[in-house]
Amino acid sequence: MRIFRNRRARSLVGLVAAGALALGLAACSGNTAAPSASAPASVSASGTDDGASLTLWTRAPLEKQAKLLVAAYNAGHKNQVQLTVVPNDDYVAKVGAAAGSNSLPDLFAADIVYVPNWIKQGLFKDLTANIDAMPFKDSINKGHLAAGTSEGKEYVLPFVLDLSMLFWNKDLFKEAGLDPEKAPATMAEYAAAAKKIQDLKKPGVYGTATGLNCGGCLVFTWFPSIWASGDEPMTPDGSASLLNGANAKKIYDIWADLWASGAVLPSSKDEAGPTWTAGFTEGKVGLMFYPATLLSSTKFDVGVAGIPGVDGGASTFVGGDGIGISKDSQKSPQAVNFLNWMMSEEAQVGVLAKDNDAVSRGDLANNEFSAKDPRVVTINEVAAKGGTPVALNFQQAYNAVGSPWVTMVRNQVLNKANTVDKDNEQITAVLAQQ
Amino acid sequence: MIARLQGARQRPATGTLLPHQKGSSMSAPTAAIRAGATRRTAGASRASRRKSWRGFGYALPNALFVIGLFVLPLLLVLQMSASRWPLLSGNQGWNFPANFTKAVTHRLFADSVVFTLKYTLLATVLLILIGLGLGLLVQESSRWKGFLRTSILLPSALGLASASLLFYVLYSPIAGPFAETMQSLGISFLGTPTMALLSTTFLIVWRYAGFYMLLMLVGLQGIPSDVFEAARTDGASVWQTFRHITLPLLKPTLALTTVMCVTGSLLAFEQFYILTKGGPDNSTITVVQLIYSVAFQGQNDLGVAGALSVIALIALVVINAVQLRAFAKDKDE
Repeated sequence: MRIFRNRRARSLVGLVAAGALALGLAACSGNTAAPSASAPASVSASGTDDGASLTLWTRAPLEKQAKLLVAAYNAGHKNQVQLTVVPNDDYVAKVGAAAGSNSLPDLFAADIVYVPNWIKQGLFKDLTANIDAMPFKDSINKGHLAAGTSEGKEYVLPFVLDLSMLFWNKDLFKEAGLDPEKAPATMAEYAAAAKKIQDLKKPGVYGTATGLNCGGCLVFTWFPSIWASGDEPMTPDGSASLLNGANAKKIYDIWADLWASGAVLPSSKDEAGPTWTAGFTEGKVGLMFYPATLLSSTKFDVGVAGIPGVDGGASTFVGGDGIGISKDSQKSPQAVNFLNWMMSEEAQVGVLAKDNDAVSRGDLANNEFSAKDPRVVTINEVAAKGGTPVALNFQQAYNAVGSPWVTMVRNQVLNKANTVDKDNEQITAVLAQQ
Repeated sequence: MIARLQGARQRPATGTLLPHQKGSSMSAPTAAIRAGATRRTAGASRASRRKSWRGFGYALPNALFVIGLFVLPLLLVLQMSASRWPLLSGNQGWNFPANFTKAVTHRLFADSVVFTLKYTLLATVLLILIGLGLGLLVQESSRWKGFLRTSILLPSALGLASASLLFYVLYSPIAGPFAETMQSLGISFLGTPTMALLSTTFLIVWRYAGFYMLLMLVGLQGIPSDVFEAARTDGASVWQTFRHITLPLLKPTLALTTVMCVTGSLLAFEQFYILTKGGPDNSTITVVQLIYSVAFQGQNDLGVAGALSVIALIALVVINAVQLRAFAKDKDE
C-alpha cells in the first residue's frame, strides 16, 4: 500500500486496525451468551391486562388470520399488540438475526414444522404451567401441541391451523360427468377423476396441479396420502426417512402416471411455491390438494374432503403456525394474557370460525358458523385425524431450496428414475445430522 | 499488486467506490513525487510531512467507513468460518477447520461452482460483445443518438431485484403474457436447465447492456480523433481501423469492464433467487445462493456459510489478480 507516505502514518494505521480487530472480536464474543430460555414463564393463569404494548411477529401467508385476531384482542383489552408481518422467505433469517441479538418480539409465530428446532435452540419460554392450567387442554390440536413439546415441557400453542384438503371444482366435475357431491375416496379414484376432467379438452383446463419444485407444497399435500395409507413418512424421532415405503412408492407411481398422461397443469413441473394454488383458484384445475385457509376466498362452488391414501382413508397435514413467548420477552404476564384469550371460545369461534378458518380446539369444531357450512365441519373433523411431522432438521430435509425430498419427488415423478432408495438415504442423511 | 486489486474491488455488488482506492491505482506518479520530495530541503520535507498528516485526516472519515463496513464484517466472517455458529443460537466456539470440510463436501458445492463459472463465461462474453457493439453504434452522431442512448440505458435505472420480478411475471407459465403461446409450443422459459440459464442471462443482458455501452462509449470517446484521421489518411479500412486502433486503445476500458463483469457474475444471486430458486433440479444454484441457503434456508449454519464465503472471497481475489496481470502484461508488450 503506497497510500501512506511515512512509517508513522503506517504504524498509526496498524494501531487503528489492531484496535478494530480487538473491537470486532469483543463485539463477536458478546454473542456467546447462552440462551436462557428454559426459565418458565410462570404467571397467573389469566395473565395480566395492564395496558402494556406487546410485539408479535408472523409470516405473510397467515396475515389475514393474524390481523383479525390482533384487531379483536386490541379492541377488548388494555394491552395492545403490535403485529409485524414478515415475508415468508425472510422469516427464518429475521428471527435468526433477532435471536442472535436478543431482540425477539414478545410473541412470535413459527411454521409448526420448524418449532421443534426453534425450541431446541431455546427461542421460546416454557409455557407448561399455563397450558396445563387450561381446562380444555385435551381438546387443543394434538399435532401442534406435540410439535411444541420437548422433554415433557410445552412451549407453543396453535396460532393458526393450515390444513391441506382435497378440493374439487364442482362445475368441472359436472361437465366431466363425475358426481359433484362425492369426493374421490382413493388415490386411484383421484387420478381417474383428474384424467376425466383432462379428457374434456377444454383449453387451459387441467385435471390436477401440484408444486413439483416446492418442497413445502409437496410435504403439505403428499404426506397426508402416506398417513391415510397407514404409513409414516419418518421415524417418530424424526431422524430417519421412510419415504421409500411400499405405499409411498405407489403414490409416486400414481403421480408419475398422471404427469405422463398430461393431466397435470404443466407449470407444476417448475412451480417453486409462489403460484402453486393459482390454477385452481382461477377455476382452471379440476381437483387438487389445496390449503383449507383459502376456502373463504374461493369464489366458486368447491367440494372439500380429507386427502385420500392409496386404498382409502383420509388425512391432512396439520400445518400453520404455533405461537409462543420469546426468550427475550420482558412481558410474559401480558403475553400469557394474549395467548389465553387466543385459545378462548371468543377468539376461536368469534374470530376464526366466523372467518371460515379452522379452530384449534376440537371441542369447538361444531359451532354456529360451521353449522352453516358443512365443509368447515369436514375440515375440523379431519384436522383431528391429521398429522404434524416432528423433526429437528425438517426445513433442510424438505422445505429448503434444492432439498433431497424435492430431488426424490422429481426423480420419481418426472424422470421415473429407479433411485427411490438412494434418494431416501439422502433425506435420512440430512435428518440424522446433529 | 494489492493496490491493483483494490482497484478491482470497485464493482456495483459491494457498492464501495472509495476515492483513496481509486487513487491508489495511480501509484507511479505518487512515487515520482516522493522521489522529488527527497531532493528538497529539510524544511520543505517537514511541510510535506504536515501535508501528509492533513491528507490522512481527510481520508479518516472514509477509513472509518471502510473499517466499519468492510474490515469488521470481514473479520466477523473469518471468525464465523472458524467457529460453530448456528443461526439461531449464536457463536458456540472455535471448530476450525470443520466448517471448511463441510463446505467443500456439501452436496451442492461442486454443482454450484461449475454453474457459476458457466454463467460467468456466458454473461461476460455476451455483455462485453453487446456493450462494445452498442457503444460503437451510438458513438457516431446521428439524429437518433440521444434517443438510442437513452433507451438502451433505461433498463439500468431499474434495480436488479425489481427487474427480476418483472421477468418472473413475463416468464410465468401461469400469469405471463406469453403463457398460452409458450404452452402450445411446449416450451417453458424456466423449464429446463438450459432454458433457465438462457432466460436468466437474457434478463441480465437486458438489464446491463446499457451500462456496459456507457462504459465502452466513455472509452471510445477517450481515443483522440486525430488518430482516426491519420488512419483514414493512410487509407485504412473500417475493419483495420477497428482492429489496429480502436481495440488496442480501448484496452484499459476492456480490462475494467471484463473485471467488473466477471466479478459481478461470479457473485450472481438476485436473478436466480427470484427467477429459478435454483431449479429445475438444482441446476441453477450459484455459489452465493448456496451461501444464502446454508445460512438462512434450512441448514441455518452461519459457520459453514462463512467458510463458503471465505472460499468465494479467495477465489475472487485470485481470479481478479490473474485477469489484471494478464491485461498488464498485454500493456507492456
